Amino acid sequence: MKKFDKERVLLAIAAPVLAIVAAFLITALVLAATGKEPFSAFGIMFDYGVKSDSQVYIINKATTYYLAGIAVAIGFRMNLFNIGVDGQYRLAAFFAAAVGGALTLPGIIQIPLIIVTAMIVGAMWAGVAGLLKTTRGVSEVVSTIMLNFIATAIIGYLLQPGRLGHLDAAGTKVATTPLPESSHFFEFPTTPTPIYGFVVVAAIAGIGYWFTLSRTRFGFDLRTVGQSETAASASGVNVKKMVVTSMLISGGMAGLIGMPTLLNDSYEFGGDFPVGIGFTGIAIALLGRNHPIGIALAAILWAFLERGGQQLEFENYDREIVGVMQGVIVLCVVIAYEVVRRYGVKRQQRQVGEKLAAQARSNDTTEVSA
Amino acid sequence: MRRVSKITAACAVTAALALTATACGESSTGDSGSDNGDIKVGMAYDVGGRGDNSFNDSAARGLDKAKAELGVETKELTAKTGETPADREQRLSSLAEGGFNPVIGVGFAYKDAIDKVAAKYPKTTFGLVDSVSEAKNVDSIVFTEEQGSYLAGVAAALKSKDGKIGFIGGVDTPLIKKFAAGFQQGVKDTKPAASVTIQYLSTGTDFSGFGAPDKGKAAAKGMLDKGIDVIYAAAGGSGAGSIEAVAGKPGTWAIGVDSDQAKDPALSKYAGSILTSVVKNVDTGVYELVKSVKDGKPMTGTHTYSLAENGVSLTTTGGHVADIQAQLDAAKKKIVDGQIKVATTL
Repeated sequence: MKKFDKERVLLAIAAPVLAIVAAFLITALVLAATGKEPFSAFGIMFDYGVKSDSQVYIINKATTYYLAGIAVAIGFRMNLFNIGVDGQYRLAAFFAAAVGGALTLPGIIQIPLIIVTAMIVGAMWAGVAGLLKTTRGVSEVVSTIMLNFIATAIIGYLLQPGRLGHLDAAGTKVATTPLPESSHFFEFPTTPTPIYGFVVVAAIAGIGYWFTLSRTRFGFDLRTVGQSETAASASGVNVKKMVVTSMLISGGMAGLIGMPTLLNDSYEFGGDFPVGIGFTGIAIALLGRNHPIGIALAAILWAFLERGGQQLEFENYDREIVGVMQGVIVLCVVIAYEVVRRYGVKRQQRQVGEKLAAQARSNDTTEVSA
Repeated sequence: MRRVSKITAACAVTAALALTATACGESSTGDSGSDNGDIKVGMAYDVGGRGDNSFNDSAARGLDKAKAELGVETKELTAKTGETPADREQRLSSLAEGGFNPVIGVGFAYKDAIDKVAAKYPKTTFGLVDSVSEAKNVDSIVFTEEQGSYLAGVAAALKSKDGKIGFIGGVDTPLIKKFAAGFQQGVKDTKPAASVTIQYLSTGTDFSGFGAPDKGKAAAKGMLDKGIDVIYAAAGGSGAGSIEAVAGKPGTWAIGVDSDQAKDPALSKYAGSILTSVVKNVDTGVYELVKSVKDGKPMTGTHTYSLAENGVSLTTTGGHVADIQAQLDAAKKKIVDGQIKVATTL
């Protein structure tokens, strides 16, 4: 296998290309079915998506989505479906906002404190599901979904005037006490709008994810458990400990999801704090194939689609079309990779078969000659 | 081979990222809209948008009226779930940048966004429904929901047989609590012995309670089983379920909200069970703002649409409240005169 295998490279590129082409074709059909000219729609999205303010928007959005994708991917690599990322990040952001609003320390102390609070809360909330799985055998899919609802209820209970919430002057919005100026995270002063400084933290998280998974004993154990639990425990890995630990890490990472919004945008947790990003994270982890760079690309693609979608709505296209596009892309990617994988396996079998046959033939000839 | 391809991929991605990160090229908001004297109205709806049979639709009615009577151009954009404040800001900015004036944000969620965007576009007039902005070029359109609900409470107390009355709120937001507070006070002032059972369909940041007719129906059924015979649902789209449940039990009454629900095409078959509806005339607020901009005298500051100027009112469709109209009018007069102060919080 020393020589440059052209076909293998082709196979590696085939899956994403196949997925994107298929997704575009299907979306074009959907657009055509709604009575709109599909290619002008793609043109609008692209033209608008590459404008400078769109680039800023896309990076800021992708920062949040990247963290969400990483949080989900940690579980995925271990065959753990952490559906509860959504509840984990909301609960984490809520308590972080409450802590941040209550204190006025210098930013250098308070910002890390807010972030650590969020990570701890997220980790603890995910840890509940981890413990339930290891001690009681409760499927983490079920328990994390349920924990999402409980998180919603806890926030609903505490985010009330007189508890941790404050009513605004018009009497229509409850939010936590706004963070003091010192707790605002730094920004890159791009025009017309700044880029969130939190993108740096997201990048560090991505590097940490890559390093832990591919360069440490822990990462190796984690992937082993993901591929085969029995094989992992046979080779001395404490699977239960791994389940709890990886849930804790996944939850801690989930705690970061709300931070770009909290520290760079809203500076408070109110009734208008974004919900549902945990579920977006699942799509992004799938799209990025759990790979740190893949997830980054997926997050940027997702943000780009949302940005382009805003302009589509402005140009009188149906606003749902972007949702359709996103769904189609995820399905296409999953299917395309599976198709290419099967083709690759078949091809490998054929190659091995040919080699064996050739070997058998040469054996025959040597026997005859002997 | 594997390693090399990985490194290549990493390089390509880094390059792509770097290109994006420099934020090069022109901005999408470079050219301002043409100013040819035509009025272009930009509407930014809350989640649900046009067609929610409730709050957003009420604003849409005002826009339609402005379109028909004033001949203005319109553009409607709608919020999605899971949005950040930055998304709402972006929506308003793109409308303002596109030469739309006025730009109207429907729902309190737009408050922070309007504060910021209004400062950036001082020549554009902004409308903000259900919240108050301090910015100079903003018309804050607010309603005294508690006053309308108070009258509904009076009607409920008078129509209930044994004084068991229910309130279903979509989500336990401060706005919905205003409805609940006024309603409860109206009931208690009319019949001190009556009881009001208050139930919310969802809590906190979970806004599903505004769009879940099944939850509304289940909650109303539960109340009916407990002997409650008048149910007021301030729950957006979920209210339809509550009205349906009430219509299934003869001798009980439903009270609608936001629009005249007895005239709603989907609900008119239950009109016989809809006692009245507490109407919140968001359309009036929207229409008046558009008209003021068209007339060259844009409205700014806080405008409270209260019971006195019919900003909120009770409907009389079906004549179910005809027998108690005198008491309702008396209560209304007391509120307008300031004899009764209606609480806004529970």
